[in-house]
Amino acid sequence: MVQTLDTLRETPSQTAGPYVHIGLMPGWAGNPGAFETELGQTPAGDGAKGERIEITGAVHDGTGAVMRDALIESWQADAAGVYPGQDGADPAVSGFGRFAADPDTGLFTLKTIKPGAVTLPDGRVQSPHIALWIVARGINIGLMTRVYFDDADRDGDPVLSRIEQRHRVETLVAKPEGEGHWRFDIRLRGDGETVFLDL
Amino acid sequence: MTDTTRALGREMGRDPAPGPGRLIPRDLSAHPVPYDPDYKTSVPRSPSLPLLSLESTPTEETGPTFGHGDLGALDANLVLNWTRGEAQAIGERILVHGRVLDEMGRGVPHTLVEIWQANAGGRYRHKKDGYLAPLDPNFGGCGRALTDEHGHYAFFTIKPGAYPWPNRGNDWRPAHIHFSVFGHSFGQRLITQMYFEGDPLIDRCPIVATIKDRSQIDRLVAPLDLSHARPLDHLAYKFDIVLRGRRQSFFENRPEGM
Ligand SMILES: [Fe+3]
Repeated sequence: MVQTLDTLRETPSQTAGPYVHIGLMPGWAGNPGAFETELGQTPAGDGAKGERIEITGAVHDGTGAVMRDALIESWQADAAGVYPGQDGADPAVSGFGRFAADPDTGLFTLKTIKPGAVTLPDGRVQSPHIALWIVARGINIGLMTRVYFDDADRDGDPVLSRIEQRHRVETLVAKPEGEGHWRFDIRLRGDGETVFLDL
Repeated sequence: MTDTTRALGREMGRDPAPGPGRLIPRDLSAHPVPYDPDYKTSVPRSPSLPLLSLESTPTEETGPTFGHGDLGALDANLVLNWTRGEAQAIGERILVHGRVLDEMGRGVPHTLVEIWQANAGGRYRHKKDGYLAPLDPNFGGCGRALTDEHGHYAFFTIKPGAYPWPNRGNDWRPAHIHFSVFGHSFGQRLITQMYFEGDPLIDRCPIVATIKDRSQIDRLVAPLDLSHARPLDHLAYKFDIVLRGRRQSFFENRPEGM
C-alpha cells in the first residue's frame, strides 16, 4: 500500500446536445427574453487596436456534410499578443467569442481583430492564432483547435512544429478571401481532418 | 529566486517562467470515448486521428472572465426568469447547488456556470425540438450564475422531464440538466450533464454510456440533498463539478519560503 493522493479527478464531459443554443445563445436561438445580455458577442469592442477581420467557415462531419448545429467559442490575444487579464492588455478586447453555425447554411462567422504573436515565458513565439472550441450533438467532449493566418510567419510556432504529418498543418491555417476576410473550415473526421489539440 | 532554483528550472527543460503553472494534462480516460456506435451521431462527428497532445501555453492558461454586470437578477432562477417574475414555471421545484472545484480540491471562485434543460414535460424551448409534449409558457429553460469566493453556485428550477430521442429503437434521455463551466482558463472549458439519483433511465442511456468508467458516471448523478430542501416548498440536489487544475510550479515562480 502507499499513501493516497488528495487530488480529484476531472468531471467527465457529456455532449452539448442539439439544444445547446438555448443555453449559451438564447437570444440567437429565438429566446431573447431569457437574459438581458448575451455573452461572447464582441471579442473586440469599439476602439480595439488592430486590424478588423471576419473569419467565415463551416464545420463538416465525416461524411462531408456541413453541420448546421455546431456552436463554437473563440479565445485570443489582443493585437499586441497580450491576453485579456494580463498586464497591459487592450481594455477594448474581451478576447472571447461565441457563435454558431447558421441553421440553414451551416456557415459561421467570427468578427474580431487579428491577434498579435504571443511570446511564451521561455522566449519562443507563437504565431498569431485564435483558439477555437467546438461543441455539438455527437461531440462527446469539446474539440479544441486553432486558427492561424496564411500571411503570418508560422516558422517555429511550438504547436504547428509538433505536427508530424506536415500537410496537416494546413488544416489550421485560414486562407484570405479579400480584404479582412478569411476562410476557415473544420473537418471533424476523414479526408482533410482538422488537427485537434489536447493541451 | 536562488541560483539553485534557476539551475533546477534549466534542468527541467526550460528557464524558470513567471506566472502560474501549466494546466495538468487531461486524463482522457475520465471522459467519454469520442466514437461510440451506440450513440450514432458520434460516429461521423468524432475525430479518427489522435489529438495532438502538448503542454499548455498561455492561450489555454488564460481565459475569459465574467462579472455580476454580465448577469441579470433572475438569471439563476429558472422558475421565474422567463416571465421576469410574473408567473412560475410548472414542475417539481428544486434547488440545484454545489461547488466548482479544481483537481487540487480548491474551490474555483467567481466563475460562470450556465445551465439549460427541458421543461417538466421533457420539451425544450428550441426550434428543433418537435416532441409532442407541450411548451410551458412560463418556462424558458436556461440559467446562469457566478460561483462565490468558495466556488459555490445555486440554481432554482424545476425538475426536467425525461424525453425520447431518435437513436436506437426507443431511446429515452434520463432527466438531466446541461451544465457549461468556464473555470479561469480556456483549457478548463467543460460541458457536461447532471442526472438525478434513482433514475432508472440512466443505466439505459447511450449518451451516459459513452463514459466507460462506471465510477465516472456516478460523478454525474446528483444525490437528493434534504439538508438544502425547504419544507412545503422545494427539494434539493447537490452537484459538484471538478475542472482541470494547474500544476504547482515549485521551481518556476515561487519566491523562497513560500
Ligand atoms: Fe438534453
